[in-house]
Amino acid sequence: MSDLTININGEHVTANVEPRLSLADFIRDHQRLTGTHLGCEHGVCGACTVLMNGEPVRSCITFAVVADGTEITTIEGFDDDEPMAQLRQAFHENHALQCGYCTPGMLVAARDIVTRLPDADEDRVRLELAGNLCRCTGYVGIVKAILSVLEQRCS
Amino acid sequence: MKPAIFEHERMSSIDDVVQALANADGEVRVLGGGQSIGPMMNLRLAQPDKVLDLSRVEGLDGISEAGDRLSIGARVTHARIEDGEVPGTTGAYMQFVASGISYRSVRNRGTIGGSVAHADPAADWPTALLALGGEVKVVGSGGEKSIPLDGFQVGPFTTGLGWDEVLIGFDLPALGPNTKWGYYKVNRKPGEFADAIGAVIIGNEARAVCGATESAPFRVFDIEEKLSGGATELSVADAREILSGHDAGFDDYELQIHAVALSRAIGRAFA
Ligand SMILES: Cc1cc2nc3c(=O)[nH]c(=O)nc-3n(C[C@H](O)[C@H](O)[C@H](O)COP(=O)(O)OP(=O)(O)OC[C@H]3O[C@@H](n4cnc5c(N)ncnc54)[C@H](O)[C@@H]3O)c2cc1C
Ligand code: FES
Ligand code: FES
Repeated sequence: MSDLTININGEHVTANVEPRLSLADFIRDHQRLTGTHLGCEHGVCGACTVLMNGEPVRSCITFAVVADGTEITTIEGFDDDEPMAQLRQAFHENHALQCGYCTPGMLVAARDIVTRLPDADEDRVRLELAGNLCRCTGYVGIVKAILSVLEQRCS
Repeated sequence: MKPAIFEHERMSSIDDVVQALANADGEVRVLGGGQSIGPMMNLRLAQPDKVLDLSRVEGLDGISEAGDRLSIGARVTHARIEDGEVPGTTGAYMQFVASGISYRSVRNRGTIGGSVAHADPAADWPTALLALGGEVKVVGSGGEKSIPLDGFQVGPFTTGLGWDEVLIGFDLPALGPNTKWGYYKVNRKPGEFADAIGAVIIGNEARAVCGATESAPFRVFDIEEKLSGGATELSVADAREILSGHDAGFDDYELQIHAVALSRAIGRAFA
């Protein structure tokens, strides 16, 4: 067992966990923050994407012990975040979700796109989304939503 | 999809790692960004008894230029390279390569050292760095040494790294501003592992590498000779002809995509 101190969504958390516990399972099962979803558990689908020290990472292939001392933001932790508020509204307006399974990871990846790549065009948005799979929407609504937020943030 | 039980040890220095490797009992693995070993452990393709976590070891994150050499630490992430932290023409080439590796959330964690140590035949850095040439810097019980990238990878998931050695970084050439480079990765979806890679660099010398093979990437000397002789293009048919002289075990389709990758890499270099 290993000791662990993480800041999750602004809250200081200490725990004693098995090294093999993934950050995703720590977030979901130990912290009961079930907004973070697990799809493939080997880094391919993007459903588990969270922010670690402000950067998106795959929580399924990051061990909880490796996240010791970091700041983690899950989908539950963006209440006061302007780009996320804009994205939520845009996802709603553009039918960017259906079952919602991919949505938490999709929103975290989308936030990275609109903040890191303010000049992204449609091709770039699609390229950046290659790591987040959605089985429902066909991506059209998601791409439109992200483009609309990029536009809002430009003006 | 959960890893088998293992011990996790946070390393505080390279000496720590070397000592832990030397005293290893059972299977001990170094943990870089965890972006290859993580999935493999989740799938239980890898079941180490212990992992030695490099994340707190100092001195592995540097990028520096001295004269015509570039030094890059093992733990530099793909994302930092994508963001242009490596200077000059070598940096532009590496930036292009990095941006095609997986997805941003994997690039934020995955490291160049981990990629080369892992030596997945379908990975980008083993091929891209062989085209650059240079050396791998390792430390083991016998001290520090450099191993040429030429021949470092000897097969799939197999390198010249000893069981008691840790990769600490790379010594690479800083390419001159007139050096031409081209990289072409054949894959069905952006960010996926490659089905074929062609990488060429034409500067003081010409280097052409055929990558994402069944085994280690290899230099194609006949193509290098043509490029050194002033060739600025290579047809797919000619590339096929040359590659079929190599004992790479390609079937007809693989021969074709590797020929296409090299032909297009050269096309990009002179575009
Ligand atoms: C969905 C997905 C897609 C991907 N697509 C691509 C792709 O298209 N192209 C590509 O090139 N890669 C791809 N990768 C792999 C990614 O680039 C990894 O980051 C990289 O291969 C391994 O680096 P790491 O730092 O994560 O190493 P780790 O996973 O930590 O380690 C990998 C291996 O190297 C060893 N190791 C690590 N660091 C050292 C060191 N300093 N010294 C000695 N041994 C060491 C470990 O013991 C382990 O055996 C993908 C990964 C995922 C999850
Ligand atoms: S669950 Fe992590 S990438 Fe699919
Ligand atoms: S909304 Fe169902 S997977 Fe994306």
